[in-house]
Amino acid sequence: MTELFSLGSQGWGDEMLRGALMTVLVSASSLILGIVIGIIFAACKLSNIFLLKLIANIYTTIIRGIPELLVIYLLFFGGSGAVMYVAKIFGYNGYIELNAFTIGTIAVGAISGAYSTEVIRGAVNAVPKGQFEAGKTLGLKPYPLNMMVIFPQVARIALPGIGNVWQITLKDTALISVTGLVEIMRQSRIAAGSTHEPFIFYTAAIILYLLITRLSNIFFDKAEKKYSQGFVTRIAS
Amino acid sequence: MRFELMYESFFKIIQGIPLTLQVVIIATILGFILAILVALMRISGRGILSIPAYYFVYLIRGTPLLLQLYFVYYGLGQFSFIRESFLWPILREPYWCGIITLTISTGAYSSEIIRGGIMSVSKGYLEASNALGMSKFMTFMKVTLPITFRQALPAYGNELILMVKASSLISIITLMEITGIARTIISKTYAPVEIFLVAGSIYLFINFLIVMSVNFAENRLGVKNI
Repeated sequence: MTELFSLGSQGWGDEMLRGALMTVLVSASSLILGIVIGIIFAACKLSNIFLLKLIANIYTTIIRGIPELLVIYLLFFGGSGAVMYVAKIFGYNGYIELNAFTIGTIAVGAISGAYSTEVIRGAVNAVPKGQFEAGKTLGLKPYPLNMMVIFPQVARIALPGIGNVWQITLKDTALISVTGLVEIMRQSRIAAGSTHEPFIFYTAAIILYLLITRLSNIFFDKAEKKYSQGFVTRIAS
Repeated sequence: MRFELMYESFFKIIQGIPLTLQVVIIATILGFILAILVALMRISGRGILSIPAYYFVYLIRGTPLLLQLYFVYYGLGQFSFIRESFLWPILREPYWCGIITLTISTGAYSSEIIRGGIMSVSKGYLEASNALGMSKFMTFMKVTLPITFRQALPAYGNELILMVKASSLISIITLMEITGIARTIISKTYAPVEIFLVAGSIYLFINFLIVMSVNFAENRLGVKNI
C-alpha cells in the first residue's frame, strides 16, 4: 500500500498529486472562463434587445439540456477544426492542434458558463432597485454606475452561487479525462490499469476529490463571511 | 453541413433512445426508493442512522459520477470474493453497473430534495393526524408523503433532467445509448457538429417532454397554489 503511493518513479503518489493539481488548474481556469461567459450572457439576458436575449436563452437551454459529455465530444473532435477555420479567414492555412488542456478548459468553461449566467442574472436582479435609482440621481453614467455601484454588490450576492458552480465544474472536469488530459480521473485509470489495483486507486481518487471539495468549501465560506460583513441579509444570516 | 449524413445518423442514433430511457426509468424508480430511505435516516434523530446517511450523501455529492461508475464497474470486480459471490452475474454487466451507479447517485441527490419536502410539512398536519388517532406509519403514508411529493416536485423535475444527462456517461462503459452511438459515428465520419446537433436535439426533446409533464403534474397537484 505505501509502496503503491510512494513518491518518485516506484510509486504513484506524486503522479496522483500531479493529477490533483491538474484537476484544480483545469477547474479554476474553466470557472474563470465560465464567469466571463456568465457576465456576458447575463448582460444579454438582462438587456432589452430581443436578439441578444434569444441567443443567451438558446445557449443556456442547450448547455443545461444536453449531456456534458456530448459538449466535450463536440469540442474534442471539432475544436481544432473550428480554430483552423477561423485562422483561415485571417489568412493562416497551417495545421493547428489545440492541446487537451485548452479544449478541456473551453468545454468545461462553456458548461459552467451556462450555470454562472443564471447565478449572475439572479444576483443582478437581487440588487435593490433603489441602488440603480440612487446612482442615476447622483448623475452617474451607465459605466461607472455598473462598475462602482452594481458590480460589487452583484459579486457579493453571487458568491454562494458561484461556490455551487465551482463544485459542479470540479466534477465536470472528470469528464475531460476521456480526451486524454491527465487529471485525477485519468491518472487513477492509468495507475489502476498498470498495477491491477483499480479499487485502491479509485478510492484514492475519491479521497482526493473529497479533499478538494472540503478545502474549497472552507475557502468559499470564509470569502462569504468576509464579503458579507455588516450585512444583515439572507446571505449573512 | 452535411445534411444527408445528419439524416442518416438520425435513424442510427434514435436506436439508442430505448436504452437511455430504460436505464433512466429503472434508476429513477430505484433511486427514489433509496432517496426516501436515506431522507428518513437523515431526519430520524438517531445518530446511528443519520450519520451514515449524512456521509453517504456527502460522498456521492462530492465525487464525479464518472469516478463512481469506474469504481463500481472496475473497482469492485477486482476482488475474487465479489467475483465468486452471487453478485457477480450483476456486477459484470455494464448495463447493471450503470443502473446501480445512477441509482446511488440520484438516490443521494434526491434524498436532499425529499428531506426538504418532509421538513416543510407543517407540524399542524402531524398533530391533526395524531389527534385523529392515526398511527405514525399511516400518518407518514397518507399525510407526510403526499405533501412531500407536491413540495418536492419542481426540484425533482430538475433531478430527472440531470438523470437523462447523466445517463450519457454509461456510454463510456461500452453501452450503446444515444451518446455512445453518436460518439461512434463522430469517430467514423469526423463530423462532430452535425452529429452533435442530431444527438443534442434528441436529448433536448426528451428533456422538453420531462419539463412539460412535470409542469402538467404541478398544475394538477396545485403546487403553485400552496
